[in-house]
Amino acid sequence: MIIEIGHFALILALAVACLQMVLPLVGAHRRWSAWMAVAEPAALMQAALLAVAFAALTYAFVTSDFSVRLVTANSHTLKPMIYKVSGVWGNHEGSMLLWCLILALFGALVALFGGNLPGGLRARVLGVQASVGVAFLSFLIFTSNPFIRLDVPPMNGRDLNPLLQDPGLAFHPPFLYLGYVGLSTSFSFAVAALIEGRVDAAWARWVRPWTLLAWLMLTVGIALGSWWAYYELGWGGFWFWDPVENASFMPWLVSVALLHSAAVVEKREALKSWTVLLAILAFGFSLIGAFIVRSGVLTSVHAFANDPERGVYLLAITGVFMGGALLLYSMRAGAIQSVGVFGTVSRESALVLNNVLLAVAALVVFIGTIWPLAAELVFARKVSVGPPFFEASFTPFFMALALILPIGAVMPWKRARLGRIVRAAWLAAVGAFGIAVFIWMIGTGRTILGPVGVFLGSWVILGAVADLWARTGREHSGRLRRAVRLPRADWGRVVAHAGLGITMIGISLLLAWEVEDIRIAREGETFSAGPYELTLDGVEEVQGPNYHSTMAEFRVVRDGRAVAVLRPERRIYPVAGIPTTEAAIDNGVFRDVYMVIGEPQDGGGWAVRTYIKPFANWIWSGAVIMGLGGALSLSDRRFRVAAGARRRAMQLVAR
Amino acid sequence: MIFRVFLLLLMAGPLWAVEPGEILDDPVLESRARDISKGLRCLICRNESIDESDAGLARDLRLLVRERIVDGDSDEEVVAFVVERYGEYVLLNPRRNGINLALWAAPPILLLAGLAAAGVFVVRRRRSAWPDALTAPERARLAELMDE
Repeated sequence: MIIEIGHFALILALAVACLQMVLPLVGAHRRWSAWMAVAEPAALMQAALLAVAFAALTYAFVTSDFSVRLVTANSHTLKPMIYKVSGVWGNHEGSMLLWCLILALFGALVALFGGNLPGGLRARVLGVQASVGVAFLSFLIFTSNPFIRLDVPPMNGRDLNPLLQDPGLAFHPPFLYLGYVGLSTSFSFAVAALIEGRVDAAWARWVRPWTLLAWLMLTVGIALGSWWAYYELGWGGFWFWDPVENASFMPWLVSVALLHSAAVVEKREALKSWTVLLAILAFGFSLIGAFIVRSGVLTSVHAFANDPERGVYLLAITGVFMGGALLLYSMRAGAIQSVGVFGTVSRESALVLNNVLLAVAALVVFIGTIWPLAAELVFARKVSVGPPFFEASFTPFFMALALILPIGAVMPWKRARLGRIVRAAWLAAVGAFGIAVFIWMIGTGRTILGPVGVFLGSWVILGAVADLWARTGREHSGRLRRAVRLPRADWGRVVAHAGLGITMIGISLLLAWEVEDIRIAREGETFSAGPYELTLDGVEEVQGPNYHSTMAEFRVVRDGRAVAVLRPERRIYPVAGIPTTEAAIDNGVFRDVYMVIGEPQDGGGWAVRTYIKPFANWIWSGAVIMGLGGALSLSDRRFRVAAGARRRAMQLVAR
Repeated sequence: MIFRVFLLLLMAGPLWAVEPGEILDDPVLESRARDISKGLRCLICRNESIDESDAGLARDLRLLVRERIVDGDSDEEVVAFVVERYGEYVLLNPRRNGINLALWAAPPILLLAGLAAAGVFVVRRRRSAWPDALTAPERARLAELMDE
C-alpha cells in the first residue's frame, strides 16, 4: 500500500510539474498575475509529493519489501541498515528518483527564498525549473520506474554491489546530485533572464548564491568520491580521469568559472552575456554527465546500471535543453549590454583570464572524454584516451590558474597599478619560493614536479593571506578587529583559495614522494617500507554481517616506537559473489601508511602491498576547506538579506 | 621517474597490482616493464591500465611484456608488438598521428583562440573606457562653472 502511495505521488508530481511549467510561463508572458502565482505553491507541492515518493521507496528498502523489483535487485535482509538506506540511491532508478527530488527541492527553495525576486522573473525561473522536472520525471516514470512490483516475490534479495557498501560511497551520490542538479537553478535563472531580455547586477546577485551552493555540493561530492576510490579500490589512486569522474569535473570547472564571472556582473556590470552562456553550459555539462553515467556509452568503472534506451532518452533531454537554451541565447544575447568598462590591468581582466583558462580546461576534458566515441563513430578508429593525455594537456591550465590567482585576488576593480600589486604580493611569492626550495632540498634529485607543485600551492595559500592583509588596510593597529569585521564573502574567498592551495600541495607531494612495496610476507616476518618497520602478526578468518573476511594484522613501528596496528582485509560477499579488498590505513597529517593484503601464496605467506603516501589527506582536506569557504561566502549578509537587490528591483520596475 | 628507479634499487620490486611472483630479477628491466604496463589498457576492464588491474588478462599481458623485454626488445618494439595483436585501443596514451593530431592539437589551439578572444575583448573594453574625457564644449562649461 505504501509503495502504491509512493508510485501515485510520483505520477502526481509529474502532473504538478506540467502545470508549474505551463501556467507561470504563459502568465508571465501575458502578465496574468493569477497564472504566475501558481508557480510557488506548485513548486512546494511538487517537492512534497516527491518527498513522499522517496520516503515510500526508502520504506521498501528498510523493510526489505522484496515484492518491489528494485529492492530485490539491490538489497538483502542481512545488509546493515545504513546500506539499506543508501541502497535507495545505489542503483539507477532510485538515483534518478533522488535526482528528481533534489530538482524539485531546489525549485521549492527558490519559491521559499525568492520573495525578493521580481514577480515575472520568479515565475519564469520556476517555470523553466519545472520544465527540467517534467523531462526527468517522465524519464523516471516511463523508462526507469522504481515502484514496479514483482508477481512472485523471492525469499531474499540479490544484494547491493559490495563496492557500494561503504560510508564514503553512501554519501557520494547525494552530494554530487545536489551539485549537478543545483546548477539547474543557475540554468533556470539564465533562461528566464534571456526570456526577459534583462541581465543586471541584481540578477547576478540572485544567481550567485545558487551557483555557490551547487558548486559547494559538487566539491564535497567529488572529494568524497575521490576519497572513496583512494581507500576502497586498493591501490590508493585518487583520480583516474575516468569518463565518469570527468563527467563531474567538467561542471565543476564551469561552475567555478561562472562564480567568478558572476562576480564581475554583480560588481561591475560587465561580462553579462558570457555569464549567461556559462550558466547554460554548466548545467549542460551536468546533463552530459548524467548521460555519460547513466547510459554507460563510455565504459567505465561506475557504469553499474546502463541501458541504451535510457541513454537515448537522456541524450534527447540534453539536446532539447541545450539546443533550446543556446538558440534562445543566440537570439537574445545581442540585446544584453554590458556597461562596465575596465583597464587592461584590472581585476576584471584577471577574471577574464581565469574564465578563459577554466572554460578551455573544461573543453579539453570534454574533448578527451568523448574522443574515443568520436574517433570510432566518425573515423572508424578505435582508440583510448587515458591519464597520459589528460595529465599532459590539463596540468598546464591549472598551473597557469594557480600562478595568476593571487595576483588577480589583490588587484582592485577597474584599474590596477603594477607597483601596488607587487607591494601586496611579493612577500607571498618569496615565501612560496622558499618553501619550494626547502622541498627540493629534502627530496634531493627526485622530481622537479614536486617542488613546482608545492611552489604553486604555497603561492596560492600565502597569496590568500596577502589578500586578507591587503583587505584590512595599511594600519597595523586594529588589523585583527578589521579582519573580523570583513564581509564573510571576503573570508569565503580567502578560505576557498587557501583550500585550493592545500589540495595542490597534497597532490604534488603524494605524486613526488610516494613509497611503494610489494612482497610476499610470512606470519611473524618483519620488513620495511620507507622509514617504517612492518610485522605480519597473523592472518585470521572473520565473519561479517553479510561477508566473510580474511583479516591480516600488521604492527607498524617507526624508530622503535609503535605507530599503529593495521588490519587489511579481503572480503567475499557470498550473495553478490564479489570479492573486495579493504585497505587498512593509518591516517596522519604528513603521511598515510596504506596496506593491502593479497592472495595467499603457494609456498606459504601472503602477497602484501604497502604504500607510504605523503600528504594524502591534504588533497581532500583542501577540498573540504574550499567547500567551507563556499559556505562562509553563502552566509554573507548580502545574500541573506539581499537588501540591495530589492532596492534595485524597485528601481527597475520604476523605470 | 628517477625516483622510481631509485626506489626499485632500494627495495625488491615496488609495484601495483603486480603479483610478487611476476617481478623480474633485474630492477632496470622491471622498471621498464612497469612503465610500459602503465600505458597499456586492460581490455576487459573499465579504464584501468594492466599495471593496476587484478584481471587475469591483464596479468597475461604483464607477463607478455616482461617476456618481450627479457628477450631484448626495446620499449617501442614491445608496445608495437602488443598493438599489433590487440589494436590501437590498448594504448592509454593516444598516438600522435592521423586524426589523433586534432586531439593533441586541441588544447593549445583552443587556449590560443580563447586568449585571442579575451585579448580583443579586454582591449575593446579599455578603448571604450573612460569616455568621460571631456569634449571641448564640456570643458568650456566646466570652466564656466568653476568660475562661478
